[in-house]
Amino acid sequence: MGEVIVVTSGKGGVGKTTTTANIGAALAMQNKSVVVIDADIGLRNLDVVLGLENRIVYDLVDVVEGVCRLKQGLIRDKRFDGLHLLPAAQTKDKTAVSPKQMINLCKELKEMYDYVLVDCPAGIEQGFKNAIAGADRAIVVTTPEISAVRDADRIIGLLEAAEINNPMLIINRIRIEMVKKGDMMNIEDMTDILAIDLLGIVPDDEYIVISTNKGEPAVRDEKSMAGQAFRNIAKRLIGEEVPFMDLEIQEGFIGRLAKLFGISK
Amino acid sequence: MLDVFKFFGKDEGSSKDLAKERLKLVLVHDRTNCSPNFLEMVKGDLLNVISDYMEIEEDGLDIRITKTKRSDDSVMPALIANIPIKKMKDR
Repeated sequence: MGEVIVVTSGKGGVGKTTTTANIGAALAMQNKSVVVIDADIGLRNLDVVLGLENRIVYDLVDVVEGVCRLKQGLIRDKRFDGLHLLPAAQTKDKTAVSPKQMINLCKELKEMYDYVLVDCPAGIEQGFKNAIAGADRAIVVTTPEISAVRDADRIIGLLEAAEINNPMLIINRIRIEMVKKGDMMNIEDMTDILAIDLLGIVPDDEYIVISTNKGEPAVRDEKSMAGQAFRNIAKRLIGEEVPFMDLEIQEGFIGRLAKLFGISK
Repeated sequence: MLDVFKFFGKDEGSSKDLAKERLKLVLVHDRTNCSPNFLEMVKGDLLNVISDYMEIEEDGLDIRITKTKRSDDSVMPALIANIPIKKMKDR
């Protein structure tokens, strides 16, 4: 039986959807079967980030309402063996699905897949409650900004109240040169404050913009630092011990040399 | 404007330290889930009790939730009350 992991943040725009897409793809690259669910009903986006927007026939609401069978709602990603998407409905709103329906859906999906990743909408209202309803574990995404860390703290409290314990932290869009200058909070600052386990650090990477433009997850690109970070995160989720990226070395000459020869860290 | 920032920048250390301090303070409030209304209630009750013993300068009264360090350097919330006394009451 697989496990259901919700990707959440509280604040919008910190990279939940990109994170869900990339971890999903990276898990599939590790030969796991994965379904990613877009729980952001009304603001569907996981489909475009994954480049699957032209293949949608049915969606999450159709599935829970029984308009179609579960398998008909799932879109197979041809580039990643084992990866499926259950897209959000675009014309409904967050009340179209109830927590109970989500719990049942997650139960059914984890019988079929190793990992069920739920891309949670921003906010702490109904959409959030639905998205976490069926989750066994949670990934909290934040960026090194006061607003994002504050919201992450609030989300951690709400997750614990919902008995989803030990959420894992991803710090996204870290900029090493700013951290060095003391103009951006570092990893330790944030893990101290939030007091949860660190799952990964993702450097700010221009390639993410390009990969989103193309609808191709960055994990496919060996040159993308963020892609590498997401591949590492996927391995940690599976239980492998992968050291955290030494971003300073990666930036420097040795890192470039290592990349040139395809040595991955 | 730029000079002002520079000036403060020097005094306050790096901007990330400032961010961290501000963040810690808002989280103390967030985590205690303390509304202004709640603080007013605490304030009112405190005044009632204390005024049996002393006369208070009500304008100078300052009650707030802040933080204090535990012995292991972790932060915990603290209720700080600064209550100026006009004079003690005879008992």
